[in-house]
Amino acid sequence: MNLNALWTYANPKKFIETTDRVLPVCAWLAALTLAVGLVWGFFFTPDDFRQGATVKIIYLHVPAALMAINAWLMMLVTSLIWIVRRHHVSALAARAAAPVGMVMTLIALVTGAIWGQPMWGTWWAWDPRLTSFLILFLFYLGYIALWEAIENDDTAADLTAILCLVGSVFALLSRYAVNFWSQGLHQGASLSVRPGERMDMVFKLPLYVSMAGFVLLFVALVLVRTRTEIRARRMRALVARERMRA
Amino acid sequence: MIALLARDLRLAMRAGGGFGLGLAFFLIVVVLVPFGVGPQGALLARIAPGILWLGALLACLLSLDRILALDWEDGSLDLLATSPLPMEGIVSVKALAHWLTTGLPLVLAAPVLGILLNLPAPGFGWLVASLALGTPALSVIGTFGAALTVGLKRGGLLLSLLVLPLYMPTLIFGAEVARRGAEGLAPGTPLALLAGITCGTIALLPFASAAVLRVNLR
Amino acid sequence: MVLSVCDLSVARGGIPVLERVGLTLLPGEALVLRGPNGIGKTTMLRTVAGLQPPLAGRVEAAPESLVYAGHADGIKATLTVEENLRFWAQVFGTNDISLALAAFGLDPLAARPAGALSAGQKRRLGLARLLVTGRAIWLLDEPTVSLDADAVAMFAGVVRAHLAGGGAALIATHIDLRIPEARIFDLAPYRAAPLAADDFDGAFL
Repeated sequence: MNLNALWTYANPKKFIETTDRVLPVCAWLAALTLAVGLVWGFFFTPDDFRQGATVKIIYLHVPAALMAINAWLMMLVTSLIWIVRRHHVSALAARAAAPVGMVMTLIALVTGAIWGQPMWGTWWAWDPRLTSFLILFLFYLGYIALWEAIENDDTAADLTAILCLVGSVFALLSRYAVNFWSQGLHQGASLSVRPGERMDMVFKLPLYVSMAGFVLLFVALVLVRTRTEIRARRMRALVARERMRA
Repeated sequence: MIALLARDLRLAMRAGGGFGLGLAFFLIVVVLVPFGVGPQGALLARIAPGILWLGALLACLLSLDRILALDWEDGSLDLLATSPLPMEGIVSVKALAHWLTTGLPLVLAAPVLGILLNLPAPGFGWLVASLALGTPALSVIGTFGAALTVGLKRGGLLLSLLVLPLYMPTLIFGAEVARRGAEGLAPGTPLALLAGITCGTIALLPFASAAVLRVNLR
Repeated sequence: MVLSVCDLSVARGGIPVLERVGLTLLPGEALVLRGPNGIGKTTMLRTVAGLQPPLAGRVEAAPESLVYAGHADGIKATLTVEENLRFWAQVFGTNDISLALAAFGLDPLAARPAGALSAGQKRRLGLARLLVTGRAIWLLDEPTVSLDADAVAMFAGVVRAHLAGGGAALIATHIDLRIPEARIFDLAPYRAAPLAADDFDGAFL
């Protein structure tokens, strides 16, 4: 397969044409997987012997946390593509992903607080994992604010791309700094392969399904938002062109 | 480059240069803390390292938008960009000038304010050491933020929003050094990490700042 | 050849304004850019100066030979006239500022803070900076704004002396500078046509 052919999808027109077909499939698949995963997780899994029914919030919490980080990774990759190859769709996709990622971070934080209240007896603790997500949230906030503040689209794309690169380094640094700063309450990664801590298959399968659902949901939302950004950008370009002609 | 540094320092000293403003702000923040938390010596001694670090950080933040905005407004930045000085050098010198006019006075003033907050005696040396090592990173990171927001009409608030998350690792390690120093623990590890962050930002961030500034100038 | 511009296309705010501009500037030559407001004179000069990348084409000049003077003079109000000039002299690695002070009649003002100058005096200070840079090619954007008739004549004299010394100048201006050596270069024929909508990224530009 010719990898270069992939770049033709960076053409805005081609992107819109392709996503016209992909988006409905993706959206319906997301709805279906989410419905299956969440219903299965909520109603057809046994209660945990220690945590009771509260454990079931995991089917929202873990996939949201997963997407919160992966959204930033996606922004990092698309920012790099913009810097190196200067495809406008790439920059707009990064812009489109940011609010979705921010909401995912928020969901992870809120569901975590709701879960933490019965489990640890507190809504919030300055635990490394919790703090890292709060920091990630602030990075999303700054990134989105910078996009909104700059009028020229290309300038905004360049500046936010560089902010994303620098921010990634500092987010990683903060992650380890926070680890150093406080030893936490949070359990290790829920899907770790270490024996003894492993989750039972009964819980794990619906979790995988919800995670797939969240991934599909994320892709669908980013596609919708990228299409909107492309059209908005196109509209601004047309208005500017009319103004020039006048 | 030396000419640029000399000019920036001279501008800061002259009337309206804002030299000492950060220092006054630092003083006021530190003086306000006991009013907020009460005058108990033991409590103040415990939170003193953190408060001093936070105050220094906020005082630093206050003057960031002056690093590049003034040169942007009067067109000097355009002219500097077309001069023989490399852009990376320009932003490095700007950061250095900011540190000399803001960071360094904060480092020197911190022990005096430490007395006000009842900082335990062994903490003074480590507080100064951590600030001396950490404030250059604050200036360099701040210059990056200033370069990002230089073209914006009201970039001040956005600047804080962008820069504060980037300040987090420096604050964590810096305050940790000062805290461990004050409590008589070994502050070697966070001190090494703080030095690492400072060296890393000084070495790498000017390239990002220069790239951002070039984008903003075109 | 001092400066050569080939097939240069430039954009302002992401929209192409000029395309396929070609010109050459020889030692001792001055070129005056003409064209209605908004045609892209400033954009063109900034591109030649290297402040913004061209959309297409290239600018060739000897390294370290260009100096740009824009709408703003880059003057620090709290520094004196002399300090302002000396700073730029140091940045460009030259030392003598007395010639520049004399050429623009700034000698009596040398010790005055630049903030206390009138608009015309500030402009003269901004132009005096060109002399201390020691660069051969001057890129000037509306250099005569807020200058009175005498000062314009002073400026024209300085430019003519610069040309006589083997220098060159690219000037965007609307008024007649009374520099007989200067050629007029009209930018109107180079106005960019809108991009075709089915261009690769044309949907955006």
